[in-house]
Amino acid sequence: MANTRKTQVQRTLRAFAIELVIYAGLVIGYFFAVLHLLGGWLVQLETQHIRVYALVAIVLIIGQAVVLEAVTTGLMRLLRGGRSE
Amino acid sequence: MYFPISHSHISPIYLVIIGFLIGVLGGFFGVGGSFIAGPALRAVGMDWNFAVGTDLAHIVGKSVVAAKRHRALGNVDLRLGLIMAIATIAGAEGGAQLIEMLKRRGNVNYVVSMVSIIIYVSISAFMIWESWKTLRTAKRRNAGGKSSAPHSKADESAFMHVTKAIHSWRVPPMIELPESGVTISLWLIFLVAFIGGLFSGFLGGGAGYIRMPSMVYVLGIPTHLAVGTDLFEIIISASYGTFTHAVKGNVDILIALVMNTGAAVGAQLGAISTQYFAGPKIRLAFVPLPLIGAAIVIYTLLTGHKL
Repeated sequence: MANTRKTQVQRTLRAFAIELVIYAGLVIGYFFAVLHLLGGWLVQLETQHIRVYALVAIVLIIGQAVVLEAVTTGLMRLLRGGRSE
Repeated sequence: MYFPISHSHISPIYLVIIGFLIGVLGGFFGVGGSFIAGPALRAVGMDWNFAVGTDLAHIVGKSVVAAKRHRALGNVDLRLGLIMAIATIAGAEGGAQLIEMLKRRGNVNYVVSMVSIIIYVSISAFMIWESWKTLRTAKRRNAGGKSSAPHSKADESAFMHVTKAIHSWRVPPMIELPESGVTISLWLIFLVAFIGGLFSGFLGGGAGYIRMPSMVYVLGIPTHLAVGTDLFEIIISASYGTFTHAVKGNVDILIALVMNTGAAVGAQLGAISTQYFAGPKIRLAFVPLPLIGAAIVIYTLLTGHKL
């Protein structure tokens, strides 16, 4: 019983470590691709149209969260054989 | 990395790690985590106004991830969350007005500091007493052979008799919350959310350290559902706060987006971890959070440096 539990914990930790490496790769790519592209436009928006900037900020943070949640859930399912918790 | 909106130079790795830590705490306890994010952003030289606004934007993202995960685990009462969000926003406006009134009288720092220390310490003391007593009672009952599922979401609390007495206050309209398993006066929900919002506007941050315990002890919501529903409610109230701060030029959304990449993993981890702990254990583990808040305020009072 204790051995099964230990193996389960080890498998979960290994899957989590692999997940972190893949996720880190994706995040680095994201930094360079998206933030650099958006940076200039957002600065311009913040100085010239502050209300539009405020709305865009909320849309961006919620949109990113939804996408990241889907990515992390997908990764978890992939690495843990169909279960996400 | 240079962030042009707030003119700050901050390592993205630092932001991702801070986001991750706050994500774990938020996912597990249902709090915003501003008592860590604010000082962490200040520590790398960010202006106070930007630290507050950017933190709020990051809280929105982190709460979306954690609430989605809690929703998948059946820990979110959408009806309760929506009702609470309205009163929280009203309360936050009231808290902000209170601050303005105290500013005019010239004693805002002292009053806010003293109130927050008393509130933080009282919450911690009460929760340590209640969760300890509940765990001891459960242990004694289990030893007597009347075992109950240790990780069941059906919660128990040593304060339940008071919660039941509060529930006997049946002022219409009564609201049925099947997901939480309670029927309660709408005014009671409004009162709890309004007070949470008031403290949020008065002391800053999301005030999850007040709202989550209030949902458990006053509204009688099981701890797992209180955590998930609080996160859902924070999405709405923190979005409102983000908008008002962004209009005042206090939000660097690029920093919030970077922090959110770490928070996305942390929040999932925190949310999933709640499945392995019973309600009283989550509440007992919650105790240090308000104490950290109190320690930060005491440090600020003694040194004059705002963390």
